[in-house]
Amino acid sequence: MTDLSVDLGFLQLKNPVLTASGTFGYGVEFTPFVDLNELGGFVVKGLYFHPRPGNPPPRLVETASGLINAIGLQGIGVKRFSEEILPRLKDFDTALIVNVCGNEDEEYAAVTEYLDKQEGIAAYELNISCPNTKRDGRCPALSPDTTHAVVSLVKKTSKRPVITKLSPNVTDITEIALAAQEGGSDGLALANTFLAMAIDVETRTPRPANVFGGLSGPAIKPLTLRMVYQVAQRVQIPIVGIGGIVSGNDALEYMIAGASAIEVGTANFVDPESTKNIIRDLEAYCRKNGIQSIEQIIGTLKV
Amino acid sequence: MHKEPKALIIHKTTWGDYCLLGFRAERIATEARPGQFIMVRPGDNLHPLLRRPISIHSVLDGVVEIYFQQAGIGTKLLGQKEKNEYLDVIGPLGKGFHLDDSLQGKSVALIGGGRGIAPLYFLAHKLRDLEALPRIYYGGRTINDIPLRKKFEEEEFEILLTTDDGSFGSKGQVTDLFHVSLQDFSPARIFACGPEAMMQKVSRIALEKNIAAEFSLEAIMGCGFGACWGCVRKLKNDTQEEWSKICEEGPVFPGEKIIWQEEEQ
Repeated sequence: MTDLSVDLGFLQLKNPVLTASGTFGYGVEFTPFVDLNELGGFVVKGLYFHPRPGNPPPRLVETASGLINAIGLQGIGVKRFSEEILPRLKDFDTALIVNVCGNEDEEYAAVTEYLDKQEGIAAYELNISCPNTKRDGRCPALSPDTTHAVVSLVKKTSKRPVITKLSPNVTDITEIALAAQEGGSDGLALANTFLAMAIDVETRTPRPANVFGGLSGPAIKPLTLRMVYQVAQRVQIPIVGIGGIVSGNDALEYMIAGASAIEVGTANFVDPESTKNIIRDLEAYCRKNGIQSIEQIIGTLKV
Repeated sequence: MHKEPKALIIHKTTWGDYCLLGFRAERIATEARPGQFIMVRPGDNLHPLLRRPISIHSVLDGVVEIYFQQAGIGTKLLGQKEKNEYLDVIGPLGKGFHLDDSLQGKSVALIGGGRGIAPLYFLAHKLRDLEALPRIYYGGRTINDIPLRKKFEEEEFEILLTTDDGSFGSKGQVTDLFHVSLQDFSPARIFACGPEAMMQKVSRIALEKNIAAEFSLEAIMGCGFGACWGCVRKLKNDTQEEWSKICEEGPVFPGEKIIWQEEEQ
């Protein structure tokens, strides 16, 4: 019998498969395809304090094995989330992680303080890395100082563990990771999308309409995998690997590189049953290789 | 909503860029209503990555038909699928055309431009079941863009054809013919699907004649079932905070809700 459970220290997961914020709605959208109880957990769409309209369409552009999105974190805000969505999620036996956003550091703290009063949430994922909310893609995760500031502010009040989601759009992601760790982050999620663009040559207009968007999907997997490996060498807190995972093999690569868990993102659109197929693949890999606990493979890259 | 990862293709017909595929998908066929769509994977690999939203063209005895134009990389790949191969589809998705018993015995106008004819065939059949009297206006740039005309004619639907270049039917745009025909034709409702500019003209005519009209909108979609928020469009009753998802609230909308792209600018 294979044990797929992983212990992040601050959070016990029944398996390492989570879903990436923004690709799994509020979870309820996927119930026709996936029994949410089977997941290690799921990360719901980013929440600001107030509802947000997001960016003008077109918001999506497909590129080679990738997807550029500029949704702009359209969302319903903490109040509606707590009143309308949370009650529908509370009976699922899996870790619900809420992706927390903010225009200023104080807004992040206001969101977690509001959500601290609600039941049924296992942890927060601090989204300090969305490239879409300001036109030039700037966000706290672009510098160690701003990362440290927002993480430590949220950690001062948060009653729940905090996973900080970093941006790959930096020169040295290990510096940012260390800053998040010093700020008190319980874990790290690596990484958000790569700032990207495409151009319609007939109209000479940018795609998406926002000019820049975030690139996700299989196209970015080798890049974020490298970052997970680099960061795993430097930090002590657990890492959640994200970026282009579509198969059990992809998930295993991230775990061998040092991730304790992974998030499935764009693959949820390609095949909304991806998460359960990946869990099945992980189980088959462990069985085939005589691995009793999947935790045994974390950070085992032979260099 | 069902996922059918192995829907067997049982027939295929192509006319130039246009392709009609029929595949076996019992549960989708049973639930589908006119105006709904499926999300289909164009190929088996990771490029192109996303599924494509395609209107349901007809359903009969567990077989779903889609009719599409091979326009981009995804639909071109989809057009290479052959009989006895499989499609990976999710559906039926979205909300369809609004049909009710009040249409019984009434004339109804169905206006399709190019590939926009796709959902109107299914709709025409449902209207016939409701004992409404559908009249189809079907236009394209040339004779090559209106290949489904024979299908409607063989099934004795009333159909009016136009081509921009006059290579078949009346010369001109389908909206012009429709406008003129209203001198002695009073449909109780209009259903339209086609290029945005065509639908906008239909909308203007509907407003002028005070006829209720519904339009099936196109959008680039990530998931097709409301999770990605990629296909939104600002509609008239939308607040600043919340735009409508074409996939979930549409793709069919009443004319009075739509802000046409030209008006936006």
